[in-house]
Amino acid sequence: MAPAPTSSSPASDTERASLTRLILHQFRYDLRAFLRNGQSRFFTLALPVLFLVIFASVFSGGHQVKVAGGRIDTSVYYVPGIIALGIIAAAFVNLVISVTAQRETGVLKRRRATPVSATALIGGRALTAVVVALGITGVLLAIGWAFYGAHVPAHTAAALTVTVVVGAISFCCLGYAVSSVIRNEDAAQPITQAIMLPLYFISGVFVAVSVLPHWLVDVANVFPVRHLAAALLVAYNPHTTGSGFSGTDLLIVAAWGAAGFIVALRRFSWLPLGH
Amino acid sequence: MSTSPDRVGVPASDGSDTVIDVAGLHMRYGPYEAVRGIDLHITRGEVFAFLGPNGAGKTTTAEILEGYRRRSGGQVTVLGEDPEHADASWRARIGVVLQETEPERDLTAEECLQLYAGYYPAPRDVHQTLALVGLAEQANVTATRLSGGQRRRLDVALALIGDPELLFLDEPTTGFDPSARRAAWDMVSGLRSLGVTVFLTTHYMDEAEYLADRVAVITQGRIVAEGPPGTLAGREHAPAEIAFTMPADTTVDDLPDPVRAAVAESTSGRVLVHAESTLHILGPLIRWAEGRHVDLPDLEVHRSSLEDVYLALTNPDAHTV
Repeated sequence: MAPAPTSSSPASDTERASLTRLILHQFRYDLRAFLRNGQSRFFTLALPVLFLVIFASVFSGGHQVKVAGGRIDTSVYYVPGIIALGIIAAAFVNLVISVTAQRETGVLKRRRATPVSATALIGGRALTAVVVALGITGVLLAIGWAFYGAHVPAHTAAALTVTVVVGAISFCCLGYAVSSVIRNEDAAQPITQAIMLPLYFISGVFVAVSVLPHWLVDVANVFPVRHLAAALLVAYNPHTTGSGFSGTDLLIVAAWGAAGFIVALRRFSWLPLGH
Repeated sequence: MSTSPDRVGVPASDGSDTVIDVAGLHMRYGPYEAVRGIDLHITRGEVFAFLGPNGAGKTTTAEILEGYRRRSGGQVTVLGEDPEHADASWRARIGVVLQETEPERDLTAEECLQLYAGYYPAPRDVHQTLALVGLAEQANVTATRLSGGQRRRLDVALALIGDPELLFLDEPTTGFDPSARRAAWDMVSGLRSLGVTVFLTTHYMDEAEYLADRVAVITQGRIVAEGPPGTLAGREHAPAEIAFTMPADTTVDDLPDPVRAAVAESTSGRVLVHAESTLHILGPLIRWAEGRHVDLPDLEVHRSSLEDVYLALTNPDAHTV
């Protein structure tokens, strides 16, 4: 029932400056609301830390995983995998839950009566997800460095940052796409977990890919979680010699993001779907 | 506050007095016709009440005027533009209080207003607006912790923060206790002094009577009456009811002729008179009582209330006074 989005005139410099200002404005309040919400803090910040500590502890004591260029401690192996989980928690799970709730409780409908554009709202919300994803990445890297003696080589730091940002933006787009088909805010959390939990298990996040059967890895290779985890592992792996960019993995993650973007663009709704 | 001079400015008011102009508005949902050809003309500064039972087409009409819904037919102009094709600069000139909206989560009342102020080219002052709706003391309370009445006032503040020319209020006091309703009414009355045109939907007669300059009654998608609340549907010409208890040692037969002739009911000393003209009954009645040195302590004059008019209009089969 929503009117078609208003067509945008050619973006002048003033309009672009105004859009940037609005995105930053929205971001300030979205981030504040995120940090104040206990559930957001637990699932996005505390839970990844908990997962890292648990998995690294379970497989501590000399266990090693075979990776490109050599072997690394299992505890070190888990750091990039759990970073992938943290990015997805921030950019996908948390975003689907909050955006669905905003739409279904009429918050987006009220914002629709104001001059603010969908681009500014989505830009501000996506920026929040990217910043939170970078934050949780920093926390997990610090834990890996302090307790498992793993540190990011300087020559792959840029690759790691780019991978986190590309992953966060792509999963934001997927988040908006998934949110557009959920008609009830209570369903958002179970649906996102039902999508992600199996993917975490087969994508090298919870279990090293080297111990999985080939057919399962083939399945995982279709989906973006595996490629995000793989790209992060390349950038984090101390045996990596080049700049650490994993072009193919990043392209596949970005392609999923682009597909999500198209779905989100076609299905975006200001009005509640559930009633 | 984050206003910015580089935002697109509000178009200059065209000087016209017409704020809302609707002709032959139709809205169909499949085979169901929610709005069946209504006309509205609302001028600047007016407080207009759209009165009708649930499901009469009030909210549908309001949402068409607000730009949320595409109509099936008819002409609609709001602030000089068709809401279906309106852009951000048009939205900067309206304020909307929706029927069911939850507050922004995890932000205080003040932060909610700051967030919305940033959406507008020339917003009102945040603290002034909080004070205007009586939430100055709740500025730092998380919006979701406010009481129902306070949330509604925050809704109004959010709709006012852009300094609108036209404010839509969709059933602003539904579910309120009497004192919260009274507070909300005082607030809406206060908007008059801001020069804001108000389009109000309600199913409360007393609300329309208290707040509105003009009322339109809608039922089953059609407007059945329109006018100032005091004269709606010829209300001022409707017969009044005069009631009193006969003084001791008198009977109905003792009353002067004009009164006796109009007596409609008399049970255990209580007399009910239908008066086409109030003075022609009250005058003789009072002179009669004075002549006999008796009092009429429970004398009542009851004029057809807006509620009576409304019930008669919206339910033609119902008993009318």
